[in-house]
This record gives sequence, structure tokens and C-alpha cells, in this order.
Amino acid sequence: MNEKAMRKSRWITTVSLIIIIGITYLSAVITEFNFIDSVATLPKALSWIFANLWITQETWERLPAILGKLNETIFMSIAATTLAAIISLFLGLMGSKTTKVNNVFSVLARLIASFSRNIPVVAWSLILLISFGQNSLTGFLALFVGTLGFLTRAFIESIDEASQSAVEALQATGATYAHIVNKAVIPQSLPQMLSWILFMIETNIRSATLVGILTGTGIGYTFDLYYKSLNYNAVALVTFTIVIAVIIIELISNRIRKVIL
Amino acid sequence: MSLLQVEGLGKSYNLETKVLKDVNFTVETGEFVSVIGPSGAGKSTLLRCINRMVEINEGKVIFNNLDVGSLKKKDLRKLRTDIGMVFQHYNLVPRLTVIENVLHGRFGYKTTLQGVLGRFSEEEKEQAFFLLQKLGIEEHAYKRCDQLSGGQQQRVGICRALIQDPKLILCDEPIASLDPNSSKVIMDHLKSITNDLGITCLVNLHQVEVAQDYSDRIIGLRKGEIVFDGKSALLREEQINHIYGTERRELITV
Ligand SMILES: Nc1ncnc2c1ncn2[C@@H]1O[C@H](COP(=O)(O)OP(=O)(O)OP(=O)(O)O)[C@@H](O)[C@H]1O
Ligand SMILES: [Mg+2]
Repeated sequence: MNEKAMRKSRWITTVSLIIIIGITYLSAVITEFNFIDSVATLPKALSWIFANLWITQETWERLPAILGKLNETIFMSIAATTLAAIISLFLGLMGSKTTKVNNVFSVLARLIASFSRNIPVVAWSLILLISFGQNSLTGFLALFVGTLGFLTRAFIESIDEASQSAVEALQATGATYAHIVNKAVIPQSLPQMLSWILFMIETNIRSATLVGILTGTGIGYTFDLYYKSLNYNAVALVTFTIVIAVIIIELISNRIRKVIL
Repeated sequence: MSLLQVEGLGKSYNLETKVLKDVNFTVETGEFVSVIGPSGAGKSTLLRCINRMVEINEGKVIFNNLDVGSLKKKDLRKLRTDIGMVFQHYNLVPRLTVIENVLHGRFGYKTTLQGVLGRFSEEEKEQAFFLLQKLGIEEHAYKRCDQLSGGQQQRVGICRALIQDPKLILCDEPIASLDPNSSKVIMDHLKSITNDLGITCLVNLHQVEVAQDYSDRIIGLRKGEIVFDGKSALLREEQINHIYGTERRELITV
């Protein structure tokens, strides 16, 4: 019985491996992707990067303008994340097994979560672009919607795992729903939730660049502008500031995490 | 009039199996009653029918002259303030302090606003400290609960139940997660609650010996039916085997 199962699992491994190799080969053929050729272009690509993506003296003069746009982007990400977090908290409470008020809201919350989460932020930008046009509201909404889904999902799990038993105990004392949420669920799951919010702010600052390119706002727009006008030195500077900003945000949020957890 | 009367109680979570079948018993004020029975017999379900943490399907639970099954939301809240509950896994809010967790027991008496704002009177706080002292953990009052040992956490759980000023305390396997020493401390406290404060205790237990040592009366539950109900002294090997069937041996070796 056991040996049979083992043999069977080995057989499955072999077959899966063959299938994966087959699919890889097929996709390479279909997309005309040539591995050798692409490796061959690598040195050329690298030397181009080193030749053009230099931050020169005169591009530094553009720094204040770039930082202004970067600020705008960072604050938009934070604003979108915070607003989404507030609504997600509500949806999370509705969606969690332990704190749901009724099944209708619970299903609705989970539906909203999976719907907005399973469509990538880039797709949201493009969808919203059609209805709202190229402005900062579109970028904000795209980040907001994606974050809403992710945070709702994360909050549901945080609430479920953090407070099931305490909720039962407080119900048994005759506490009201508001008591239970405010004095047991939130205190217990808040650190976990804050951690997810920080994570989402980091993620959104990264995505904001891409969303900005599409919706013509913030640092993404600046990037796009220099890129299209072939000012690669400025592109390098923009990229550099984004990287630095993301690293700084990450350091800050790691510090906050350490304090709250 | 008895404090608690259970009449023809039936409960099922789904259509296939009945977890409780025609359960009848009464508990008088000041009694210390243990419920024993194999895993899955329905002990936890029985306890949760009494404060209606699960809905009652058949029969009646009469507590303090109130028909528990028919209470509306507001009256159910009021009923629950009269019934404390102690859990196997303590069910505290681990990140909050001991004193905060104890005061949670007062929520049943508070309006939503008072509770949310955390308004507790001086008397309530004094009572909380008095109880912590009584259970020997007052020096931990400002510690977070997740820094306490299991036995200490369970004592916090008991304080939370006592500050409700209950008439009855339901304990669902209060010592199942504890070592023998802590178990003894907890059982001694529960016993003294009944003896000194006159609060009735209904305790689910896994250990037959503990039930025999501490209770006035034992109820044996098997597959949702009461198969023994009588003075602890009357519980003999024969009855124990009847309650646990063949499962008794497994229980000891675990
Ligand atoms: N919420 C629930 N939904 C569905 N079935 C349940 C639920 N709670 C308990 N049951 C079932 O009811 C039966 C009795 O469970 P109960 O927890 O009351 O037993 P118990 O005597 O307390 O057992 P244990 O000693 O393991 O705690 C079990 O078969 C269990 O699977
Ligand atoms: Mg149980």
C-alpha cells in the first residue's frame, strides 16, 4: 500500500516534469523566443545601460521638481491606502466568521474582496482611465480599489485568527457587539492590521509609479515624460529617487512594526 | 424552585446526528456538579445551551425562573450577566492586561457607550483587585495576559467570571490544558467559590477522579444522553464503564 503510493507519486513527478519541459519548449517556439539570442543581447543591453543611464551634473538641477512629484506620489499612495484601510476594517468585520452580523453582508464583503483583489492594479488603472480620464483621481482610485480587496482579505484573516475565543467569552458575559469589537477584536488584531497597512503602503508606492505612467500622474508621469523625450539621464535620476524612497519607507515601516508587534 | 432546570433538552447541529437527546436534570443553588463523558458526548454543547451560546432545538432550559430558549436579545444579555463562563483555553484577550480582561466581565451591565469608552466605577475596579488578590495573582494585574502561565491565565478567566456577580458558573474543561499542580489550584478555587460565595458551579471534566474528589454530584453523559446522575460516592467502576464504554481505557493511556 505504502510502496504503491510512493511509486505512484514518483511516477506523477516524472510526468509533471516532462509536461513542464514540453510546455516551456512549446511556448518558446510559439513566441519565437530564442534563449541563446537573448543571452547574446545581454552584454549589449548592459553596456547601453551603463553608457546612458548616468545621472549627470545638469540632471541634478531637476531634482526639486522630481522630488515634488515623488512626494505627490507617496502621499497619494498613503491616502489611497488609509482610505481603503478604513473601509476594509468595516468589510473585514462583516466578512469574518467571528464578527459577522449576518450571512448576506459576510458574502458581500468576501465578494468585494475577491473581485477587487483578483484584478491587477494595472488593469484597474486602464478600466478607470476610460471612465475618469487622465487625472490624479484615476490613479488614486486604481490604488484604492486594489488595496481595498487585499486589505479586506487580510483583515478577515487577522480577525478570524486573533479573536475567535475571546469573542465567545465576551458574548457569554452579555457584552454587546460594539463592546466585543472595540475591546477585544480591535485591540487583539490591530498590530497585525497595521502591519498589513504598512505593507500595502510600500507596495502602493511601487505600483504608483506604474499607475502614474498609465494615468499621467505623479512620478510615473515624470518618468514617462523624460523617457519619451529620450532624456535618459533624467530617467536614471527618477529611478534612483524612487528606489531611495522605497528603501526609506521600508526602513520606517520595519521600525514601526518592531514597536507595535 | 431550583436554580436550573433542564427539561427534555434536544440539540442537533445538522440533520444527521442529534448531539443531545432528551436531557433532563435540575441543579440547586450552591451545588457543585460535574459533567463527565467521552469526547463528543455533547458536554460542551450542553453547557452552551444553558447560556444559549448555541440555540436550543427541543425542550426547555429554565434558569432562575426564566425560559432561556424564548428570551429576546435584551433579556438574553441580562441572563448572561447571571451566568459566568470559564473555558479550557481561557479565552482572554492576550494582548490586553490582566485587569482589563477581568473588567471585561462587567460589559453585560454596561450600555454600549459606557463599555466602548471603558467607563468602570471605582467599586468595579476595587472588586477586580479584590478578586485578583483572592486568586493570588494581584501582582500580575498590569501584565499582558500572554505573559502569564496557563494556570495564571485560567485564574484571570475565573476572576472575569466572578466579577459578573453570577448565580451560576459554567466551566468547560477548565483544567484540560493544565499540569496537575495548576489543576489542583484551579479546582480548589472553583470549589471555594461554591462553598464560600454560594455560587453554583457546573463543570465539564475529563478526569473522573477529579470529578469524584470535588463534586457533590456527577452527571454522566454518553452520546448525548444522561446515563448517570447521582451523588459522587455512588459512581462506581461499573457506572464509569457504562459512561465511557470502551473508550475509558484509551482515555487513561493518552
Ligand atoms: N458548532 C458545531 N457545529 C457542528 N457540529 C458540532 C458543533 N459543535 C459540536 N459539534 C458536534 O457535536 C458533538 C458533540 O460535541 P461537544 O463539543 O458538545 O462534545 P464534548 O463532549 O464537549 O467533547 P469534548 O470532550 O471533545 O470536548 C460532536 O460530534 C461534535 O462534532
Ligand atoms: Mg467539549
